[in-house]
Parts: sequence; C-alpha cells; structure tokens
Amino acid sequence: MNGGAAVRSVKSNAAAIAAGVLFAVLLQFVLRGVMGPFVSKVMLDIGINIILALSLNIVNGFTGQFSIGHAGFMAVGGYAAAAITYYGSLLLWGSAAIHGDIMGPGDMLFLGACGAGGCAAALAGLVVGLPSLRLRGDYLAIVTLGFGEIIRVLIQQTGDVLLTADEVRSASPGTVLTSLGGSLGFPGIPFYTNLFWVWIWVAVTLAAVWRLKYSGLGRAFLSIREDELAAEAMGVPTTRVKVTAFVISAFFAGIAGALFAHLVGTTLNPGELGFQKSFDIIIMVVLGGMGSISGSIIAAIVLTILPEALRAVADYRMIAYAVFLIALMIWRPSGLFGVRELWELGPFRRRGEAKPS
Amino acid sequence: MTKLLQTLLDSIAVGSLYALIALGYTMVYGILQFINFAHSDVFMLGAWFSFVLARAMGLGGAGSGSIVQSLVILLGAMLLCGVLGFLIERLAYRPLRKAPKLNVLITAIGVSLLLENTGQLPQLLGKQPARMPSVIPDLVLVEAAGVQIRLVDVLVIVIALGLMLFLQWLVFGSRLGGAMRAVSQNQAVAALMGIPVDRIISFTFVTGSMLAAAAGFLYAAKYPGLNQPAHSTWVLLGLKCFVAAVVGGIGSIHGAMAGGLLIGFVEMFGAAYLTPHLRDVYVFTLLIAVLLFRPSGLLGLARVEKV
Repeated sequence: MNGGAAVRSVKSNAAAIAAGVLFAVLLQFVLRGVMGPFVSKVMLDIGINIILALSLNIVNGFTGQFSIGHAGFMAVGGYAAAAITYYGSLLLWGSAAIHGDIMGPGDMLFLGACGAGGCAAALAGLVVGLPSLRLRGDYLAIVTLGFGEIIRVLIQQTGDVLLTADEVRSASPGTVLTSLGGSLGFPGIPFYTNLFWVWIWVAVTLAAVWRLKYSGLGRAFLSIREDELAAEAMGVPTTRVKVTAFVISAFFAGIAGALFAHLVGTTLNPGELGFQKSFDIIIMVVLGGMGSISGSIIAAIVLTILPEALRAVADYRMIAYAVFLIALMIWRPSGLFGVRELWELGPFRRRGEAKPS
Repeated sequence: MTKLLQTLLDSIAVGSLYALIALGYTMVYGILQFINFAHSDVFMLGAWFSFVLARAMGLGGAGSGSIVQSLVILLGAMLLCGVLGFLIERLAYRPLRKAPKLNVLITAIGVSLLLENTGQLPQLLGKQPARMPSVIPDLVLVEAAGVQIRLVDVLVIVIALGLMLFLQWLVFGSRLGGAMRAVSQNQAVAALMGIPVDRIISFTFVTGSMLAAAAGFLYAAKYPGLNQPAHSTWVLLGLKCFVAAVVGGIGSIHGAMAGGLLIGFVEMFGAAYLTPHLRDVYVFTLLIAVLLFRPSGLLGLARVEKV
C-alpha cells in the first residue's frame, strides 16, 4: 500500500468512527425517547449481537477456523467486567448503584471494566488457542466447545456475591475473585450499558474488523482460510496468525460480554452463556456469509428481530433455523453473501466493474 | 478399599457406555473425516425411543419388564436409530460429499439442532424430563467386600462388550468390514475396486447409529431420569464420547474403546477422590493434555496432510 492510500484510509476510517459515535449519541439522546423502551431494548440487543457476530467472523469467516465456544469468551469478559464494576463501586463509593452521570466516574469505571473484560477474554483466547490451533480445524471446534463448558462449570462453582464494602475489604483477593454468584447468577451489577456505549463499541469493533480484513494480517487470515498448506509454503506463520485471529476475536467477545453483563433487566448467569448462545452467534455468521462484514451485521439484525416477531411460534423457531442452516449449506454453502460485501453484490455493483472472484 | 472397588466398577460401566458412543464418532470420522455432531442426538433419541417403546408396551407401573420385553425395546430402539442414521446421511451429508469440511461441520450442527428441537415439540416428546420405566430389575447380584454388583451394571458391561466384539468381527473379520476399511483409506481407489462407496458409507452411519441407540437404551436403564431432548446434558455426554474417540486416536476402532474406558476412569475417579462437581473439567483437561503431547491420540497414527 502506498503512502497516499494509507493516509486516505486512515481518514476514511476516522470518518467512519466519527459517524458511529454520532449515531450512538443520536440513539441515546434523541431517538431513545421516540423509540420507547421496547425498541430501545431491541436496539441494545442488536448492537451486542453485531459485536459478537463481527468478532466471531474474524475466526470463522476470515481465518476459516471453526470456534464454537464464543459464549465462553463472552462469559469470561462479562464476569471480569462485572466483578470490576460491582466490587470497584463497593470499594470506591460504598454501594453498587450507578454512580455519576454520563461520562461521570461511574461510566469511566465501566469503560475500564469493558477494556479489562476484553483483555481477560483475550488472555483466555491465548490459553485456549495455543494448544489447539497447532492442530487441524475440527479439533478447535471440540476444544472451544469444551472450553465454553469448563468456564460455565467453573463459574457455577463460585460462591455468593459479597454485599458490603467492609466484607470486601476484610476478604482475601482470592475470595473476592471466587464470589461471583455461582449458578444463580451475579446479582446487583449496576446497569451501565446504554445505547451510547453499545453503539460506540459497535463502531470501534466495526472499524477494527474492517481495517483487519484489508490489512496485511487480514490477507494472512484469508490465505489460511483458502489453503493452509499453501499459506504456510508462502511463509505465513500459520499457527501464530491463527492464534492472533483467535485472540482478537476473543477480545471483542469479551467486550460484548461486558456490555451484556451490565444490561438492564438481565442477570448475568452462566446458564445463559452455554453453547446454545454460541450456536446463535455461529448461525448469524454463517447466514450472513463467512467473511462478509456487512453480511454479519445484517444477519445479526435480522436474527435479533426475528425471535421477537416469532414469539408466538417459538417452538418452531429453532427447527426453522436448523432446516435453513442445512439447506443453506447444501445450496448456498458460502452463506447469503459469501465473502463479499453488500455493495459488491449484483444490483449494487457499478457497471463495468470486474466481478470479484 | 470398598470405595476403590466401587469406583472401579462404576468406571467400567460408564466407560463401556462411552466407548459404544465413541465408536460411532470414530467410524464416521474414519470414513468421512468430519465430526458428526448429530451423533449425540442419535444417542439421546435412542434413550427416548426406549422410553417411548417401554411405555407403549405398558411398562411403567410397579415391577419391571421381562427379558423378552427388554430385548424388544433394545432392538426396536436400535432399528429406529439405524433408520434415522440412514436418513441423516442420505439427506443432509451426502449432498455435501465434495464440499469443504467446514460446511459439513455446520450441517452437522444444523442436524443436531433439528433433531433436538423437533424432538421436544409438545406433540412429540415434549419439554419435560421423563422417568424411564424400569426395564431391568433392580437387583443386587453379589455383594462382596461392601461392593454391590448390580444387575444393571453387569448388563451394561456385558451388552456393551458383546456389541464391541461383534463390531470387531464386522470391521476386521467380514467382507463388509474390509470394504469399510478400504473406503476409509481411499474412496477413489475403493470405488475403482468395485466397492459401492455410497452404500458402505450409509452402512457405516447405520451401524454407528445402532450402537448409539444401544448406548441410549443402557443409559436409560442405568440412569432412569431422562432429560428433555434439547437439554445440554445430552450434548455434553456426546462431547465426552467424542473426547474419548480423540484421546484413543480418532479413526481407530480400538482407540475408541480404550478411550471410552479411559474417560470413564478419569471421570469416575476424579469425581470420587477429588471434587464431584468438576468431573467435566477433568475430561477436557485430559483432552487438552493429549492434544498437546500426542495429537494423534493414544492408538492413532500420525497422518501428514499432503497437498
């Protein structure tokens, strides 16, 4: 890439993030009143699902590896962030209620917790990825599924949440870290997640994933997906690149988990983050097209709204998904969009442009 | 001492169940090189079919079924699951024979979700757990050194062992088994030698599914509380059996048997002597250790991928 193009892409990138921030502000402060609580809640879910689908797309779509433990990373990030905001609030302000206004100290603690949750998940990704990514792809599926289950079991074994600042001060750090509520969930997490924060993170994730897809590292991801042996022969350090993809993906899953943990009206609960959740995310990525960013986003939106619309026939929803998934694999194996983006598809393509192959 | 012997007995019983299921995974993997995620659901349906058949025969009150009834239930469940395995391969996997592995894996997950969610439709099995009628009388055969040897455990071990011996003969002693091994080595060459590859693959699926059904029946007899079809215990059980297949060496029949027993030992001894809550953690830790130090499994051959 020459210098001019690099400068241009940085500018367009900054513009994209600015647009995302603007959208987040607009949603939180203007549209929320218009949309009402129900639509606002759906918008929160959509945002979190977009982050999850985009992050899983890095591993499953770009790199062609098959991870089915994404909810496990979400759980790591969610619990790490929840422990920080909950116990942090207790120690700093004596209560776990929301502290301060928008951008106030409470929000800053939450922001830091999100980052820490992401890092914790990324670390977990490194630990899981290193042994399993040396092997062929389908082992990864099993190891990640197993990892998700181990995380779930371990969280279920944790003790009751400590309730007061004095209890936290007198307890040892080890006790605090293992007081996460067990199988009943983590009660009392302050509800910091709002449309603003969710959509800011959507913008950040989107920008990062976008830059990644068209970067040198992204090309290495794609080369592994297309042919791992050929990539290795071309000098791509395949294991390192795969682990990198895995760690980045886990980081954003952790962020999504942190946002999920601080969502109004939900209790963070290990049962919610089992492999059913992982499968939901996989369906989004596969449906949208493995490797397509716009495809993941559209699939995340559609598959968040659809269950709300299909509540009356909830029993048949998963059956319809399953049949659809099988039919998709048989007749359109690369997902609805394939690796292409929305504007690269037929009706949107400018005349005279070469068909991407 | 008593605890040791009791745990040993439990490990062998549970381990041979795991081995039966692991065989299905390893056979499919040996021939088609993909993880048949739907296998755990075939096992689950094997247990539930046994339940439905037992109910249909009027069992469920006091007392237990006769030997004939139990046999009919076992064979019925195996037959139903065999048909199911045939249909799954024919409708979902065969169209993808030449597709990338990832697509087949996703399809397998699709099939798994389909079986679970269809199974728990209110018109079919429903979302409630059920209690399996007792098909095997709850007898203590021998009590030695404080260890109770139950009829159920003995039957589980005997039936599992019998089926494994039969499979051993089928794969290594019969013409059909020769064809199966040929297909697993090289499909194209096997086809040139006049082996009907598609039919052999179908047969492999049917065999694996029947073994899973037998495991389902034995599981239901040993642990009568059946969870709802989409409950995570089923997938987790299937997963452990896949781990058994990987630990033993995926694609190897003897490896699956050894791996199943080993997983049974690790789980039961871990639960008895360490903490019982973390039994799944032990199994997956073993998996990661095996993958790290001997990726091809205990009895597997290392294969170099070629261009």
